[in-house]
Amino acid sequence: MAYELNGNTIEHDEEGYLTDLSQWNEDLAVVLAKDENIEMNDEHWEVVNFLRNYYDEYQIAPAIRVLVKALKKTMGKEKGSNKYLYTLFPYGPAKQACKIAGLPKPTGCI
Amino acid sequence: MSEEMQQEADGKIKKFMYVNRKAPYGTIYALESLEVVLIGAAFDQDVSLAFIDDGVFQLVKNQNTTDIGVKNFSPAFRALGDYDVNKLFVEKESLDERGLSSDDLMELTWEDEDDDWEEKPSIQLVSRQEMKTLLGNQDVILSF
Repeated sequence: MAYELNGNTIEHDEEGYLTDLSQWNEDLAVVLAKDENIEMNDEHWEVVNFLRNYYDEYQIAPAIRVLVKALKKTMGKEKGSNKYLYTLFPYGPAKQACKIAGLPKPTGCI
Repeated sequence: MSEEMQQEADGKIKKFMYVNRKAPYGTIYALESLEVVLIGAAFDQDVSLAFIDDGVFQLVKNQNTTDIGVKNFSPAFRALGDYDVNKLFVEKESLDERGLSSDDLMELTWEDEDDDWEEKPSIQLVSRQEMKTLLGNQDVILSF
Protein backbone atom coordinates (compact mmCIF):
# COMPACT_ATOMS: atom_id res chain seq x y z
CA MET A 1 0.00 0.00 0.00
CA ALA A 2 1.38 3.38 -0.92
CA TYR A 3 0.71 7.05 -1.60
CA GLU A 4 1.70 8.61 -4.92
CA LEU A 5 3.32 12.04 -4.86
CA ASN A 6 5.12 13.73 -7.79
CA GLY A 7 5.90 10.33 -9.28
CA ASN A 8 7.25 8.95 -5.99
CA THR A 9 5.78 6.00 -4.18
CA ILE A 10 5.53 6.35 -0.41
CA GLU A 11 4.70 3.21 1.56
CA HIS A 12 2.16 3.16 4.36
CA ASP A 13 0.72 0.57 6.72
CA GLU A 14 -2.81 -0.85 6.64
CA GLU A 15 -4.15 2.15 8.54
CA GLY A 16 -2.43 4.77 6.38
CA TYR A 17 0.47 5.67 8.69
CA LEU A 18 3.83 6.15 6.94
CA THR A 19 6.20 3.19 7.05
CA ASP A 20 9.28 5.41 6.85
CA LEU A 21 8.81 8.59 8.85
CA SER A 22 11.71 10.32 7.12
CA GLN A 23 9.76 10.39 3.83
CA TRP A 24 7.37 13.02 5.17
CA ASN A 25 7.19 16.49 3.67
CA GLU A 26 4.59 19.25 3.60
CA ASP A 27 3.25 18.30 0.15
CA LEU A 28 2.71 14.77 1.39
CA ALA A 29 0.90 16.13 4.46
CA VAL A 30 -1.62 17.81 2.13
CA VAL A 31 -2.18 14.48 0.33
CA LEU A 32 -2.56 12.64 3.66
CA ALA A 33 -5.03 15.28 4.84
CA LYS A 34 -7.11 14.98 1.64
CA ASP A 35 -7.45 11.25 2.35
CA GLU A 36 -8.99 12.25 5.68
CA ASN A 37 -11.24 14.85 3.99
CA ILE A 38 -9.31 17.68 5.59
CA GLU A 39 -8.32 20.87 3.79
CA MET A 40 -5.19 22.07 5.57
CA ASN A 41 -5.33 25.64 6.96
CA ASP A 42 -3.04 27.53 9.34
CA GLU A 43 -4.73 26.06 12.39
CA HIS A 44 -4.26 22.50 11.14
CA TRP A 45 -0.60 23.23 10.42
CA GLU A 46 -0.14 24.64 13.90
CA VAL A 47 -1.19 21.32 15.46
CA VAL A 48 0.68 19.19 12.90
CA ASN A 49 3.91 21.14 13.44
CA PHE A 50 3.43 20.96 17.17
CA LEU A 51 3.16 17.16 16.96
CA ARG A 52 6.27 16.90 14.80
CA ASN A 53 8.26 18.95 17.30
CA TYR A 54 6.93 16.84 20.15
CA TYR A 55 7.98 13.64 18.39
CA ASP A 56 11.37 15.10 17.60
CA GLU A 57 11.95 15.83 21.25
CA TYR A 58 10.41 12.79 22.95
CA GLN A 59 10.36 10.07 20.25
CA ILE A 60 6.69 9.31 20.91
CA ALA A 61 3.40 10.54 19.50
CA PRO A 62 1.50 11.95 22.49
CA ALA A 63 -1.88 10.67 23.65
CA ILE A 64 -4.75 13.11 23.15
CA ARG A 65 -4.86 14.03 26.85
CA VAL A 66 -1.19 14.95 26.76
CA LEU A 67 -1.56 16.86 23.51
CA VAL A 68 -4.39 18.96 24.95
CA LYS A 69 -2.37 19.73 28.06
CA ALA A 70 0.71 20.73 26.08
CA LEU A 71 -1.28 22.90 23.67
CA LYS A 72 -3.03 24.61 26.57
CA LYS A 73 0.33 25.53 27.99
CA THR A 74 1.90 26.88 24.81
CA MET A 75 -1.11 28.25 22.92
CA GLY A 76 -3.65 29.07 25.59
CA LYS A 77 -6.92 27.71 26.88
CA GLU A 78 -8.96 28.12 23.70
CA LYS A 79 -6.65 26.02 21.53
CA GLY A 80 -5.77 23.62 24.30
CA SER A 81 -9.16 21.96 24.37
CA ASN A 82 -10.68 18.74 23.12
CA LYS A 83 -13.46 20.67 21.41
CA TYR A 84 -11.11 22.84 19.38
CA LEU A 85 -9.06 19.83 18.29
CA TYR A 86 -12.15 17.87 17.30
CA THR A 87 -13.31 20.82 15.17
CA LEU A 88 -10.04 20.62 13.27
CA PHE A 89 -9.77 16.82 13.19
CA PRO A 90 -13.29 15.42 13.56
CA TYR A 91 -12.32 11.74 13.45
CA GLY A 92 -9.96 11.86 16.40
CA PRO A 93 -7.30 14.56 16.70
CA ALA A 94 -4.48 12.35 17.90
CA LYS A 95 -5.14 9.75 15.23
CA GLN A 96 -5.76 12.03 12.25
CA ALA A 97 -3.25 14.75 13.10
CA CYS A 98 -0.51 12.21 13.80
CA LYS A 99 -1.18 10.51 10.48
CA ILE A 100 -0.97 13.83 8.62
CA ALA A 101 2.19 14.72 10.56
CA GLY A 102 3.77 11.48 9.36
CA LEU A 103 4.07 10.06 12.88
CA PRO A 104 3.19 6.59 14.12
CA LYS A 105 -0.18 5.98 15.70
CA PRO A 106 -0.09 7.45 19.22
CA THR A 107 0.90 5.04 21.97
CA GLY A 108 -2.20 4.14 23.89
CA CYS A 109 -4.56 5.30 21.17
CA ILE A 110 -7.54 2.95 21.38
CA MET B 1 -22.51 6.43 52.52
CA SER B 2 -19.17 6.04 54.18
CA GLU B 3 -16.13 7.50 52.51
CA GLU B 4 -14.80 4.05 51.84
CA MET B 5 -18.00 2.94 50.15
CA GLN B 6 -18.04 6.11 48.05
CA GLN B 7 -14.52 5.36 46.91
CA GLU B 8 -15.53 1.83 46.06
CA ALA B 9 -18.41 3.11 43.93
CA ASP B 10 -16.19 5.59 42.10
CA GLY B 11 -13.66 2.89 41.31
CA LYS B 12 -10.85 2.66 43.79
CA ILE B 13 -7.52 4.16 42.81
CA LYS B 14 -4.93 1.43 43.00
CA LYS B 15 -1.22 1.68 43.50
CA PHE B 16 0.55 0.35 40.42
CA MET B 17 4.29 -0.17 40.36
CA TYR B 18 6.20 -1.06 37.22
CA VAL B 19 9.45 -2.80 38.13
CA ASN B 20 12.28 -2.51 35.60
CA ARG B 21 15.23 -4.86 36.04
CA LYS B 22 16.74 -5.17 32.58
CA ALA B 23 19.15 -3.11 30.48
CA PRO B 24 17.45 -0.84 27.90
CA TYR B 25 18.63 -2.69 24.79
CA GLY B 26 19.27 -6.32 23.89
CA THR B 27 15.79 -7.38 24.96
CA ILE B 28 12.41 -5.78 24.38
CA TYR B 29 11.48 -5.62 28.09
CA ALA B 30 12.48 -2.01 28.77
CA LEU B 31 10.69 -0.56 25.76
CA GLU B 32 7.60 -2.71 26.35
CA SER B 33 7.47 -1.61 29.96
CA LEU B 34 7.59 2.06 28.98
CA GLU B 35 4.83 1.55 26.40
CA VAL B 36 2.60 -0.17 28.96
CA VAL B 37 3.24 2.70 31.38
CA LEU B 38 2.21 5.24 28.73
CA ILE B 39 -0.91 3.29 27.83
CA GLY B 40 -1.78 2.59 31.45
CA ALA B 41 -1.44 6.30 32.28
CA ALA B 42 -4.82 6.82 30.61
CA PHE B 43 -6.46 5.08 33.56
CA ASP B 44 -6.40 7.18 36.70
CA GLN B 45 -4.20 5.07 38.93
CA ASP B 46 -1.41 5.87 41.33
CA VAL B 47 1.57 4.92 39.18
CA SER B 48 5.22 4.61 40.12
CA LEU B 49 8.24 3.05 38.46
CA ALA B 50 11.07 1.16 40.11
CA PHE B 51 14.52 0.71 38.60
CA ILE B 52 16.52 -2.16 40.07
CA ASP B 53 19.57 -4.19 38.94
CA ASP B 54 20.46 -3.54 35.26
CA GLY B 55 17.19 -1.58 34.99
CA VAL B 56 19.07 1.48 36.26
CA PHE B 57 20.88 1.62 32.90
CA GLN B 58 17.56 2.64 31.30
CA LEU B 59 17.87 6.09 32.87
CA VAL B 60 21.51 6.76 32.00
CA LYS B 61 21.89 10.04 30.11
CA ASN B 62 23.39 10.57 26.64
CA GLN B 63 22.42 7.15 25.29
CA ASN B 64 23.61 6.57 21.74
CA THR B 65 22.26 3.57 19.85
CA THR B 66 23.60 4.39 16.39
CA ASP B 67 26.02 1.45 16.28
CA ILE B 68 23.49 -1.15 17.43
CA GLY B 69 20.88 -0.08 14.88
CA VAL B 70 17.91 0.34 17.20
CA LYS B 71 15.93 3.40 18.17
CA ASN B 72 17.12 5.32 21.22
CA PHE B 73 13.86 5.53 23.13
CA SER B 74 15.32 7.17 26.23
CA PRO B 75 13.94 10.66 25.33
CA ALA B 76 10.47 9.20 25.91
CA PHE B 77 11.22 9.01 29.65
CA ARG B 78 11.20 12.80 29.61
CA ALA B 79 7.57 12.72 28.43
CA LEU B 80 6.43 10.78 31.51
CA GLY B 81 5.80 14.01 33.43
CA ASP B 82 3.23 15.01 30.77
CA TYR B 83 1.49 11.71 31.48
CA ASP B 84 1.35 12.47 35.22
CA VAL B 85 3.87 9.74 35.92
CA ASN B 86 6.32 11.43 38.25
CA LYS B 87 7.52 8.85 40.75
CA LEU B 88 10.60 7.04 39.48
CA PHE B 89 12.38 5.19 42.28
CA VAL B 90 15.96 4.16 41.59
CA GLU B 91 17.69 1.71 43.91
CA LYS B 92 20.92 3.22 45.17
CA GLU B 93 22.72 -0.10 45.70
CA SER B 94 22.06 -1.08 42.07
CA LEU B 95 23.70 2.16 40.92
CA ASP B 96 26.68 1.62 43.26
CA GLU B 97 27.21 -1.96 42.10
CA ARG B 98 27.48 -0.70 38.51
CA GLY B 99 29.80 2.20 39.26
CA LEU B 100 27.01 4.71 38.58
CA SER B 101 25.76 7.68 40.56
CA SER B 102 22.79 10.02 40.23
CA ASP B 103 25.01 12.31 38.10
CA ASP B 104 24.99 9.64 35.37
CA LEU B 105 21.19 9.69 35.12
CA MET B 106 18.96 11.86 32.95
CA GLU B 107 17.40 14.86 34.61
CA LEU B 108 13.73 14.01 34.61
CA THR B 109 11.23 16.54 35.84
CA TRP B 110 7.51 17.12 35.98
CA GLU B 111 5.56 20.35 36.18
CA ASP B 112 3.31 20.77 39.17
CA GLU B 113 0.08 22.32 37.87
CA ASP B 114 -0.97 23.13 41.43
CA ASP B 115 2.29 24.93 42.19
CA ASP B 116 2.49 27.42 39.29
CA TRP B 117 3.96 24.79 36.94
CA GLU B 118 7.08 24.52 39.03
CA GLU B 119 9.49 21.91 37.70
CA LYS B 120 10.16 19.16 40.21
CA PRO B 121 12.48 16.15 39.96
CA SER B 122 10.83 12.80 39.12
CA ILE B 123 13.73 10.55 40.09
CA GLN B 124 14.19 9.57 43.72
CA LEU B 125 17.07 7.45 44.95
CA VAL B 126 16.03 4.91 47.55
CA SER B 127 17.91 2.25 49.47
CA ARG B 128 17.28 -1.48 49.00
CA GLN B 129 15.46 -1.46 52.32
CA GLU B 130 13.22 1.45 51.25
CA MET B 131 12.54 -0.27 47.93
CA LYS B 132 11.36 -3.34 49.82
CA THR B 133 8.87 -1.20 51.74
CA LEU B 134 7.68 0.52 48.55
CA LEU B 135 7.10 -2.83 46.84
CA GLY B 136 5.18 -4.01 49.89
CA ASN B 137 2.82 -1.03 49.70
CA GLN B 138 1.54 -1.70 46.17
CA ASP B 139 -1.79 -3.14 45.03
CA VAL B 140 -0.38 -4.23 41.67
CA ILE B 141 3.20 -4.95 40.63
CA LEU B 142 4.13 -5.42 36.99
CA SER B 143 7.61 -6.78 36.51
CA PHE B 144 9.69 -6.32 33.36
